Amino acid sequence: MALLEVKNLGISFGGLRAVDSFNISIEKGQLYGLIGPNGAGKTTVFNLLTGVYKPNEGIVTLDGKNITGKKTIEINKEGVARTFQNIRLFKDMSVLDNVKVGLHNKHHYSTLEGILRLPRYRKVEKEMNEQAMELLDVFDLAGQADYLASNLPYGKQRKLEIARALATEPKLLLLDEPAAGMNPNETQELMDTIHFVRDKFDMTILLIEHDMKLVSGICEKLTVLNFGQVLAEGETGEVLNNPQVITAYLGE
Amino acid sequence: MKMNKLKINKTAKSNFITYGIVIAAFIIVQILVSAGQVSSLMKGLLVPLCTYAILAVSLNLVVGILGELSLGHAGFMCVGAFSSAFFSKCMVEVIPVAGVRFFLALLVGAAVAALFGILIGIPVLRLKGDYLAIVTLAFGEIIKNLINAFFIGKDSNGFHFSMKDAMSLNMEADGQVIVNGPQGITGTPNDSTFFIGILLLLLTLFIVLNLIHSRDGRAIMSIRDNRIAAESVGINITKYKMMAFTISAALAGVAGVLYAHNLATLSAQPKNFGYNMSIMILVYVVLGGIGRIRGSMIAAVILTLLPEMLRFLSDYRMLIYAVVLIVMMLFNWSPKALEWRERYSPKRLLKKKQEAKEGE
Amino acid sequence: MSFISYLINGISLGSVYAIIALGYTMVYGIAKMLNFAHGDIIMVGGYVVLTATAAMGMPPMLGILAAVIVCTVLGVTIERVAYRPLRNAASSLAVLITAIGVSYLLQNVALLLFGADTKSFTSVVSIPAVTLAGGDLTITGETMVTIAACIIIMAGLTLFINKSKAGQAMLAVSEDKGAAQLMGINVNGTIALTFAIGSALAAIASVLLCSAYPSLTPYTGAMPGIKAFVAAVFGGIGSIPGAMIGGILLGVIEILGKAYISSQMADAIVFAVLIVVLLVKPTGILGKQVQEKV
Repeated sequence: MALLEVKNLGISFGGLRAVDSFNISIEKGQLYGLIGPNGAGKTTVFNLLTGVYKPNEGIVTLDGKNITGKKTIEINKEGVARTFQNIRLFKDMSVLDNVKVGLHNKHHYSTLEGILRLPRYRKVEKEMNEQAMELLDVFDLAGQADYLASNLPYGKQRKLEIARALATEPKLLLLDEPAAGMNPNETQELMDTIHFVRDKFDMTILLIEHDMKLVSGICEKLTVLNFGQVLAEGETGEVLNNPQVITAYLGE
Repeated sequence: MKMNKLKINKTAKSNFITYGIVIAAFIIVQILVSAGQVSSLMKGLLVPLCTYAILAVSLNLVVGILGELSLGHAGFMCVGAFSSAFFSKCMVEVIPVAGVRFFLALLVGAAVAALFGILIGIPVLRLKGDYLAIVTLAFGEIIKNLINAFFIGKDSNGFHFSMKDAMSLNMEADGQVIVNGPQGITGTPNDSTFFIGILLLLLTLFIVLNLIHSRDGRAIMSIRDNRIAAESVGINITKYKMMAFTISAALAGVAGVLYAHNLATLSAQPKNFGYNMSIMILVYVVLGGIGRIRGSMIAAVILTLLPEMLRFLSDYRMLIYAVVLIVMMLFNWSPKALEWRERYSPKRLLKKKQEAKEGE
Repeated sequence: MSFISYLINGISLGSVYAIIALGYTMVYGIAKMLNFAHGDIIMVGGYVVLTATAAMGMPPMLGILAAVIVCTVLGVTIERVAYRPLRNAASSLAVLITAIGVSYLLQNVALLLFGADTKSFTSVVSIPAVTLAGGDLTITGETMVTIAACIIIMAGLTLFINKSKAGQAMLAVSEDKGAAQLMGINVNGTIALTFAIGSALAAIASVLLCSAYPSLTPYTGAMPGIKAFVAAVFGGIGSIPGAMIGGILLGVIEILGKAYISSQMADAIVFAVLIVVLLVKPTGILGKQVQEKV
């Protein structure tokens, strides 16, 4: 059975049909791309999947469980984590703390234990630090653990967002334009990292991307969105050679 | 891993500096007092100084750490002051030991203020920015108004309550009015001392600083920095907003307890519990640095002492106070002023000199 | 009959709040700041009229004109000196605190110049009261003038904003400062103009307020200022008709609350109504809901 199964998802804003009868099926461990021209509704799909918007109709099933219309934090607890197109880091917190916020629901001690610095506080904080540093290491950010998130260069900020999302130990990772604003070298490096993340964490990844080199380089399957509707889907190579897709991208 | 340890040591060091400043201030004042160097006017200011410092630290938890603007902090202080003064006055004969009585009054004041924090927080924390500010301001004014309309008395039959006047309490001859409407509460035992004030300030600092550097504190700050991202990693926004707001209200209540037990007569007036007071606390927080706990404590002390130090200027002192406030804000926050400071900062000039030397 | 007379009093007081609230709401809409000193401009206006008419013997109209000029100049100067340097500050709280500083400054200058004692204010309205319903209902001249002034100001301001070039520029700046600048609109000038209009309105409000409640101290402006701000939020801050509705509702609630419930609790009632409104409609009666883009 597919890890993520979306059937007939739709939402309207006022009179605008932003997403219409959207279907997608992602197998566990797959690297899946969601592409389409600007304004096609890709980010809206992400917002629907993560509970930022409530769908007007349709069903979202994650790992056999219906998560349609749940709140963002519940969906995250069920195992969906994401990054954002316009980077949303906790900018006045340290790089390490950004990841530790991601670890929040995986480690527990009470408020009182925290204020009184009881033994469990020390033990759990130590575990959190170690786990966070491990994650930062994966993204080559360990050396900057102490920096304020806003002081990182742009490319590293995008990586930190991925690290933070991974800290919540998701089943499905949604990446919204991870390569936006990166130079070709950084993009290449990012592609390697995404591959590595998939293999190391046995992760299922759905990503929105405009960089065709990245899409064709790492995505196994693609869905193309145009005017809120699915224009094509299938193996990456096939989809990219689909004349309809080419028209949608390049215009008539 | 090394970096990480370094950081933890850094925060621990910074916290100890904060505690150290408070303890050093206490010792210095004690020495000056025993040397007879402190005027009675200044002595009278010692407990209020602790009160305002606690208020500033507690408001900074909401403004600087949670990132929400509250203009009703004086209301929580007011609730803490009146509930604890009420308690102490009723218990003055039952519990003769001042220390025990004050400790219990402290718990009462903090708990009642926290309760109000929860009651107010549930509806209003959905609002954002200036709307939250104005609603908290409104709540503060309502609390002040309500307390001015309360009459509570006690006689052999128990408590009597009225919202009209002291006469309508219908008490027996042995009755005693405890809360007398706009006249407030008279005769609260004078249990607050500078030493207790310092202890409470240290306690407040301990709670706030340790909270910030804990799991819950990170959750609160993540809401401040980016609510949507915080939700996306599973942070319960309502829970942590409430937590910060309630702890802050409870600490403001503590300040209220300290304040109430330092006065012969406690009454709710615009100048002690009105929006003016709430704004004054906000001024401490902003001037001391939003989110900087030590800064708001120091700003509270300086701004409380400033009018007293300017006393020789008599009529002009509040005028100068206002000008100082405006100029400090412009100097600290205006982008142009910051740029100018950056350009002419001693550190940078030094660096330039060095570079020039190396160039030779 | 007494209900109608309370209602009319409420509308009259509300009209004053509305005029003050216009100043708050325009400044908020355009400069995105709470001008805490706005209430104190009213107080300054009151002292100017008092000095001009009582001490210098000017006719009332000239006194009002003097107040308008002084307040306008004062408002623009405050904006230039204290607020403009902080427009791009890292925290929006910075300018709020500065405004509080300006408020203290104005109060203390007035305290030095005029003393702390209450000055009695002679009404500048010379229209006689009208008695209706066989003597049961009396409407004072002040009430009529206040309500009329409020209607005229409202109509004039709406026309100005919708029809004039400067008014359109204000709308543009309130919508998007950056884009307005790119379109060649003088943003600084437009904001200064907004402060000028708001302060001129405060001067008029001061005359009306002091005529209806003839006492003046350096702190006269503070409470009406806060209430007018509440009125602006109530109606939906940034909205001109909202300020009008909010102001009048607030005045009516306050007077009716004083009359029928408790004079001591009137302010508490006003604030309680505000809270209820904001909880039901978080952006005020006519406010726009802005959704954050994810």
